[in-house]
Amino acid sequence: MLILECPYCGVKAEETELSPGYEAHLKRFGPGSSPEEFEAYMFARKNPKGVHFERWRHTYGCGKWFLAARCTATLEVFGTYPAQVSEPPADIIAKILARRPDWKPE
Amino acid sequence: MSTRLTRGGRLIDRTAAVEFSFNGKRMRGFHGDTLAAALLANDQMLVGRSFKYHRPRGIVASGPEEPNALVNLGSGARLEPNQRATTTELFDGLECTSQNHWPSLEFDVGVVNNHVSRFLPAGFYYKTFIHPRPFWKHVFEPIIRRSAGLGKAPTQPDPDRYEQAYAFCDVLVIGAGVAGLKVAKAAADAGQRVILLEQSPTLGGRAPVDQTEVDGQPVETWLSAMEADLAARDNVTIRTRTCGFGVYDHGYVLADERVADHTPGDGRPKHRLWRIRAGRIVSATGAIERPLSFAGNDIPGVMLASAVRDYVVNYAVSPGDRTVIVTNNDSAYQTALALKAAGLDVPAILDAREAADGALPQAARAAGIRVLTGKAIARVKGTKRVTGVAICAQAGEGAVQEEIACEAVAMSGGWSPVVHLFSHCGGKLLWDETISAFIPDPARPPLNHDGSAMVECVGAAAGDLDLTGTPVAIPPVWVMPQGAPIQLRSKMWLDYQNDVKVSDVELASREGYVSVEHTKRYTTLGMATDQGKLSNINGLSVLAETLGQEIPQVGTTTFRPPYTPVTIGALAGEARGEIFQPLRKTPMHAAHEKAGAYFEPVGLWRRPYCFPRPGETHEQAVHREVLNTRQNLGLLDASTLGKIIVKGPDAGKFLDMLYTGVMSTLPVGKCRYGLMCNEQGFLIDDGVVARIDEDTWLCHTTSGGADRIHAWMEDWLQCEWWDWQVYTANVTEQYAQVAVVGPNARKLLQVLGGMDVSKEALPFMHWADGTLAGLPARVYRISFSGELSYEIAVPASHGAAFWAACTQAGKALGAMPYGTEALHIMRAEKGFIMIGDETDGTVIPQDLGLDWAISKKKADYLGKRGQERTFLASPDRWKLVGFETLDGSVIPDGAYVIAEGVNANGQRNTQGRVTSTYYSPTLKRGIAMGLLKHGPARMGEVVEFNTVAGGTVKARVRDTVFYDKDGEKQNV
Ligand SMILES: [Zn+2]
Repeated sequence: MLILECPYCGVKAEETELSPGYEAHLKRFGPGSSPEEFEAYMFARKNPKGVHFERWRHTYGCGKWFLAARCTATLEVFGTYPAQVSEPPADIIAKILARRPDWKPE
Repeated sequence: MSTRLTRGGRLIDRTAAVEFSFNGKRMRGFHGDTLAAALLANDQMLVGRSFKYHRPRGIVASGPEEPNALVNLGSGARLEPNQRATTTELFDGLECTSQNHWPSLEFDVGVVNNHVSRFLPAGFYYKTFIHPRPFWKHVFEPIIRRSAGLGKAPTQPDPDRYEQAYAFCDVLVIGAGVAGLKVAKAAADAGQRVILLEQSPTLGGRAPVDQTEVDGQPVETWLSAMEADLAARDNVTIRTRTCGFGVYDHGYVLADERVADHTPGDGRPKHRLWRIRAGRIVSATGAIERPLSFAGNDIPGVMLASAVRDYVVNYAVSPGDRTVIVTNNDSAYQTALALKAAGLDVPAILDAREAADGALPQAARAAGIRVLTGKAIARVKGTKRVTGVAICAQAGEGAVQEEIACEAVAMSGGWSPVVHLFSHCGGKLLWDETISAFIPDPARPPLNHDGSAMVECVGAAAGDLDLTGTPVAIPPVWVMPQGAPIQLRSKMWLDYQNDVKVSDVELASREGYVSVEHTKRYTTLGMATDQGKLSNINGLSVLAETLGQEIPQVGTTTFRPPYTPVTIGALAGEARGEIFQPLRKTPMHAAHEKAGAYFEPVGLWRRPYCFPRPGETHEQAVHREVLNTRQNLGLLDASTLGKIIVKGPDAGKFLDMLYTGVMSTLPVGKCRYGLMCNEQGFLIDDGVVARIDEDTWLCHTTSGGADRIHAWMEDWLQCEWWDWQVYTANVTEQYAQVAVVGPNARKLLQVLGGMDVSKEALPFMHWADGTLAGLPARVYRISFSGELSYEIAVPASHGAAFWAACTQAGKALGAMPYGTEALHIMRAEKGFIMIGDETDGTVIPQDLGLDWAISKKKADYLGKRGQERTFLASPDRWKLVGFETLDGSVIPDGAYVIAEGVNANGQRNTQGRVTSTYYSPTLKRGIAMGLLKHGPARMGEVVEFNTVAGGTVKARVRDTVFYDKDGEKQNV
């Protein structure tokens, strides 16, 4: 059972306090987008073995959505950060690279 | 015969005799005995039957790895099947019965399976299931179902209670043998918070039986000093009878404490499930001895060598006067010495190795024991118990050289470190050539959240089999003798409980099962309740040999929690009966109970389905409620309706994105019906929105949808439009809501008094704040029934009072409460859709003829792009229409509209389905709505629905509004 620290309230929350929200940093494609764009947004979600960015909600706590960078293979957590960003912050990228020097951010 | 020795027994208290019964036979033991020890002391060598062949089964082990000695423990409500006699502590009055036999343990009909065993090979179930199918159904299955099955399930509710507790520590040590105790002490010395778990009632592990001294001190002295030291520390918690059975992500460990298994009914919880978060986990779980594969190794009296010395030393139980030892390593010599020391006879030690010159073999020879190297057991003699062994050369094919009479055989095929906990979260194993066993690879442990090692193994669990520091070598001996022919191999048991033999694994391999995971499932090796603790390594070694591969190439099956079986009671804890899950009750719940309501679950809510009167069926009550509401006055507790406040400068813009219609233009004081879709375009919720003031809207959601929709709003606000100034609050439980419905609705509110609810002051789809019956009220003039209708929200604390006022004042106006079923019928009579009936996650609003509620002008809303997909825009989609049967009957729930021809699977083609179908008491006939291909263009056409009975029912396609099409009843 994972522990993720909620970046809003600082609680180190057990997985049962949280709801998963799948891939983070999705770009929404609405009316006017091509079928390919919409398909990619709606259905072609990333599922890497390794470094992954995810959305989580502190459902049974403060209720806030936050983002987590973690390794899906080893369950290491590189960091959590507020959801109000469109890409991972530099300090999170640095933390990942410190442990995964070969990893390349997109 | 097995018997109690007159002296010795370090764990038993001879002054405390205990009475118990086995299969109704009264027996005596001592306090401190395990049930297995006490059974052996009473010469009960035969304790059960195997699963497939019903072969006689005796006690093999002395710990949780025991595959055979499983009993039904207790009786009545406290009956528990599959309890291992080797870990069950004896208590006064214990009752148990043996399992898996019929009609009796001594005489079992199922043993005929044994004689036809060549017709029951590996994969028997799969092969039989495939062909011929009727034979399986009518011949095999009934017989197997009758004769098989381990244990009996209790038929009464469990009278015991179980609890769960959380614990936190820096270091969690699992296993309190010498290695675990040392780690615990070192961590405690370093000031860390330590929890030490031990599955058995006592500390010390195997040391008191296997070692004479620890760190230069007599083992018992060392042990009591260590126990006293740890017990005196504030930062150490020791829990005995507690099995750490599973390691999970990020240092999470579950442990099962058997608090009162040995003191049943004393008021304490039977088990306590510990949910532990540990900074570091140390697995000091020891090693389990392996059996040897020789013909007849399953006959009662053949036991693990370590178990034999446990019974002799710990419980003063002799397995028999004469015990033959058979081994491939030095540790079994300790058993010979222990037996000798107890005054028992060891006719021979058969060592498969060519030479045995270590300290223990020398000590055995010095004690006058006959040691035969290079020897093996050709076969064990006896059926229900051992009567002797036939000896052969290990290097040969089993030619008998000598026979020795004996009552027991103590075997040791080496030791397997207990690597389970290390492996649960992905720790990798190495094959150790020296001890012929898998050991944890310290370089590839399971990882913690920060990338550090989460579990480390110490002591025997790490492969360090001799704590005295002497390197131990255990050469592999997988089959005995090595050239055994099939006649012998088909009598060599790998898995005692599931009856898997060496020959079965070899057959599986010949039939193409090269993966260890597939072989396991095909042969059922290791799939019994012991999860292969004794059989897995022997089985996969046989597989590797047959495949001509190295053992590490073949690999192990995956280790998964729990390490030992955990009773469901412990996992459920207190969450049973009334507190299984929290129920949500409206403020009027007590009044409904008093009125005799029949409740139905709606999510976690309990809502009145109907209010039956004495002598009424539920159906009659529902029909009365519908008619009374349409003719006089009905009262509905609508408090469960979701209520979400959306407020802020950008609230209108936000709601325009959330709903398919426009909410930003809704004037203050008015209500508007709205639809919400997901991004794929499918309808997910509906409800009436009220504009409260310039920057505040109140959104009603479905009863089951409030939490989900509130979370949905927050998701978009926090993660997509985080710069919009909008605040949401789920106020569902802050308000009680009552629907006052029917021709007398306005009259009732006038009687309650306090505000003007006339047609002019409060027109349809308007709301107003005011006072009713002296209580603050917000009145919405909306209708889900087609009648003149008001929904009145009052603060939840006034809900019961307001309901009582309505009921009281309504008496003169013919008021009756109605439930959810009457609500459903009345909305169906009016053709109103219901989320979950007309929608199923694949339906868009356009399918339901709700185009009027979708804005054509808005550039964007959630779901708009999804609805533009070609498939959803197709004119061939099934669309909502009404149906009325030609004979007036009710179309069955879930019925399909059948079409010509059959599909590729030979099933009848379909062209639509019913979504809501009821008997309408108002119209006195069946009415229905449903989705039909090209539906709106087919008015008047007659279509056919299938029925449950297999026939069809004809219905005419019509519009969805069955009652008061012009809306005259609500516009008064
Ligand atoms: Zn939080």
